[in-house]
Amino acid sequence: MMLIKKGAEADIYLVMWYGKKAVMKIRKPKNYRNKILDEEIRKKRTLHEAAMLSNAKKVGVQTPLLYFVDLQNTEIIMQYLEGKLVRDTLSRNLHICKKIGIYAAKLHKNNIVHGDLTTSNFIINNGNLILIDFGLAYYSDRTEDKAVDIRLIKEIMRSVHATIFTKAFNNFIKGYESIIDSSMTSKIMKKVTEIERRGRYARVV
Amino acid sequence: MYCLGIESTAHTFACSVVELTNGRGKILSDIRSIYKPPEGAGIHPREASRHHAEQSSAVLSDTLIAAKINLGDIDAIAYSAGPGLGPCLRIGAVVGRCLAAYHKKPLVSVNHAIGHLELGMFLTGAKDPLVLLVSGGHSMILALSNGKWRVFGETLDITIGQLLDQFGRAVGFASPCGARIEELSMQSNNYLHLPYTVKGNDVSYSGLLTAAKRFVSSNKLQDVCFSLQETAFAMVAEVVERALALCNKKELLIVGGVAANKRLANMLNNVCKRQKTKFLVPPINYAGDCGAQIAWTGILQFRAGIKSNIEEAFVRPSWRLDTVDITWKN
Repeated sequence: MMLIKKGAEADIYLVMWYGKKAVMKIRKPKNYRNKILDEEIRKKRTLHEAAMLSNAKKVGVQTPLLYFVDLQNTEIIMQYLEGKLVRDTLSRNLHICKKIGIYAAKLHKNNIVHGDLTTSNFIINNGNLILIDFGLAYYSDRTEDKAVDIRLIKEIMRSVHATIFTKAFNNFIKGYESIIDSSMTSKIMKKVTEIERRGRYARVV
Repeated sequence: MYCLGIESTAHTFACSVVELTNGRGKILSDIRSIYKPPEGAGIHPREASRHHAEQSSAVLSDTLIAAKINLGDIDAIAYSAGPGLGPCLRIGAVVGRCLAAYHKKPLVSVNHAIGHLELGMFLTGAKDPLVLLVSGGHSMILALSNGKWRVFGETLDITIGQLLDQFGRAVGFASPCGARIEELSMQSNNYLHLPYTVKGNDVSYSGLLTAAKRFVSSNKLQDVCFSLQETAFAMVAEVVERALALCNKKELLIVGGVAANKRLANMLNNVCKRQKTKFLVPPINYAGDCGAQIAWTGILQFRAGIKSNIEEAFVRPSWRLDTVDITWKN
């Protein structure tokens, strides 16, 4: 068992699963969080993640295969996919934003909200785009919830990828529009603006 | 050089003189007068600005006396131009413009939030930190890149300071309520289930506020305060940890009035240990609003040649910090 990444939410280990390389994601207790709250959050997210990994696949979004869930230990074992994070390669690979937009739209069209759409949750594996980390995902048909998803990727593009923000986000929208018709897209984008305006001192943005 | 800083964004009217010699800053004086609203009420902008107007000359002269300096020896005057309450900001701006015009001194407009960040970095020696700004006006996670402070996470509605103050006021405390809530929460260990809303790298507190207010009638106040703090701070801690993992910074700096809360600092310290990050907290008396944050940022801006004409030295109540070009850093 080898630790690959100590993430914010969980620790990621490389393990062998019936002779295959696999990823084990463990949500370890966070001792800064109240125990009751901590346990509830970890269990809920493990369950959501396991279910949504498969549900997303059904709507045409590539995700790792789910192998095993242990709710008691809040751990998931899933397919190991070699590749690079979109976060680290975006500047050389701007067109991938269109694909990200397509993925977001496919989820939203089927009322799945990812909840954590950041460029570090997309992996490029042999030219295929893989979406991971469904711990905050849930079902919703509300425009608001879908718009919050888009607002996050916008925020990430504006901060982590500041120099290429405009191009990156435009590409994202292009991809999004190709799946969800443009009248619905503009409705959701209006909501994104509305949410941004709700923020503190946001009139000038 | 010497810079006089004037702060008046919300409840605090404050002045400070900061000296810069051989590239090193030193706070010579820092005097404040804080407007206190009646119990159960928030800041009334008109009343607060009246307080500032009445206190301004005393605060200013105390500041100069404490720094052992005359206005004539000051090299630049910096005032807080926003974001904040319009009527309050205008008092500081009027004082700044008058002094600059009468004594023929250069005037520098400072963004109050940038002031928190710059002073925090100055006092802790942070070099390239991820910053958590938590106060009545802000709940933001920031890092400097490509000449601007970029937002890596923030509240989608009210700030953590507003959450604590509005809850506190609903149960009859005097604003600011954070200290009282902290005190009561230390008397409980009974966690009540409250909504925990993390949306990616962002948080939302409005639902938590409503739920906590509803709990008051049927639960012990200590338990509600405890649960409110535990939930609200765990949310911030989580998004901070997410932002740290995202941008790989080696320092976390916490600034703003809520930085004075020990439970929050304790949680963040724990997060930093997990992420192998240095945790930096400025001395508690500089966590909240003060003149030093304006004076020190004024020095940095003045050195980089950023000044305001008196005719154009306005206030900007909704001046978001991520719109400011940071040209004074390399």
